[in-house]
Amino acid sequence: MKNQKALIIGAGAIIGLIAVGLVYFGNPANMGFCIACFIRDTAGAVKLHSAPVVQYMRPEIIGLVLGAALMALGKKELVARAGSNPLVRFVLGFFVMIGALMFLGCPLRMVLRIAGGDLNAVVGLVGFIVGIVAGIIALNKGFSLDRSYKVSKAEGFVFPAIQIAFLVLLVAVPSVLAFSVTGPGSMKAPVAIALVAGLVVGAIAQRTRFCMVAGIRDSIMFKDFGMLIGFVTLIIVAAVANMAFGFFHVGFEGQPVAHMDGLWNFLGLALVGFGSVLAGGCPLRQLILSGEGNIDSVMTVVGMFVGAAFCHNFGLASSAAGPTPNGQIAVIIGFIVVGLIAIVNIAANKKK
Amino acid sequence: MVVDARGVSCPQPVLMTKNALAKEANIEVLVDNNTAMNNITRFATSQGAKVEVKEEGEDYRIVISK
Repeated sequence: MKNQKALIIGAGAIIGLIAVGLVYFGNPANMGFCIACFIRDTAGAVKLHSAPVVQYMRPEIIGLVLGAALMALGKKELVARAGSNPLVRFVLGFFVMIGALMFLGCPLRMVLRIAGGDLNAVVGLVGFIVGIVAGIIALNKGFSLDRSYKVSKAEGFVFPAIQIAFLVLLVAVPSVLAFSVTGPGSMKAPVAIALVAGLVVGAIAQRTRFCMVAGIRDSIMFKDFGMLIGFVTLIIVAAVANMAFGFFHVGFEGQPVAHMDGLWNFLGLALVGFGSVLAGGCPLRQLILSGEGNIDSVMTVVGMFVGAAFCHNFGLASSAAGPTPNGQIAVIIGFIVVGLIAIVNIAANKKK
Repeated sequence: MVVDARGVSCPQPVLMTKNALAKEANIEVLVDNNTAMNNITRFATSQGAKVEVKEEGEDYRIVISK
């Protein structure tokens, strides 16, 4: 057990350092990693949306999935499973993305923003916790998605193979992809560095089951603070590294790739927290599970991918100027849909 | 009591264990992955229970007694 604790603390420290390192090498500020932003950028790269400032095939995503897959393969944990309410998970992933792009970041970027001194992210954290509590209430009332079953082994290799195909496109035929020339999508660490960073963090996250949602959820539900310690370590290490590089600026105003609308920062991450608890993990965790052969998590990731495209095709995503009316409506619809998923599932489980 | 937590996703296996332990002192939990096995073992140990894990093919049988 002590070993486990050391592992989580080490994981938090390494992920924090790598994240700040990626910013040093060219990623947008406080965006060493952001699963939501990077899935959004990749969706743009393959022209599922055409917002010119956020189009780039992010090697970090490719690396995270492949790192998790390789580690799982080595540990004989790459097992293809499927069949746990795939379409519900797709919808949850879709609305988690809507919430994340309202806030401008997934929970991992939320902690990286806090580590950069962005106080808007602290407001987001409060919303995130409230959303997680809503999810916990649903769990305690009997929310439970169906069980999954093992499927043929080859199925587990499909998603990693897609990432390899993405990598080939990025390296060999970039001309078919869209690349931002301005905005966050144009700010990037060199491909090799981003890829290796993804591989390392993917492997670590697979090993430690690192999950932003689990850290808070398990602290509240089971008084198990193991994961939360990793979380806190990540913030401290990244904050110190940010100070060392001169990236640390405390305040609400002028924060990079962020807006100051507190209510919608709160609500955006509340939706992320609520949806993620029902889906069984934060966006990072979903991506890692996808690499391990969990096809239900692949569905969640595909939902996030499509959600990101909707965000930019229908003007739902916030910008530094703040949220959009369409985005606000979408977040409210998100709460209704995720709430309905919870209520219907709980009612159905009671009948069993 | 035997709790079948195979195939269900996080944190259900731990929650099912918690609920079962609230009813009975001696339970067995079936899981099919390492993560759930570790999470349940950690939870049961934190509750002061004795935990024994048996591998059964590709599954784990976790015997918990309080």
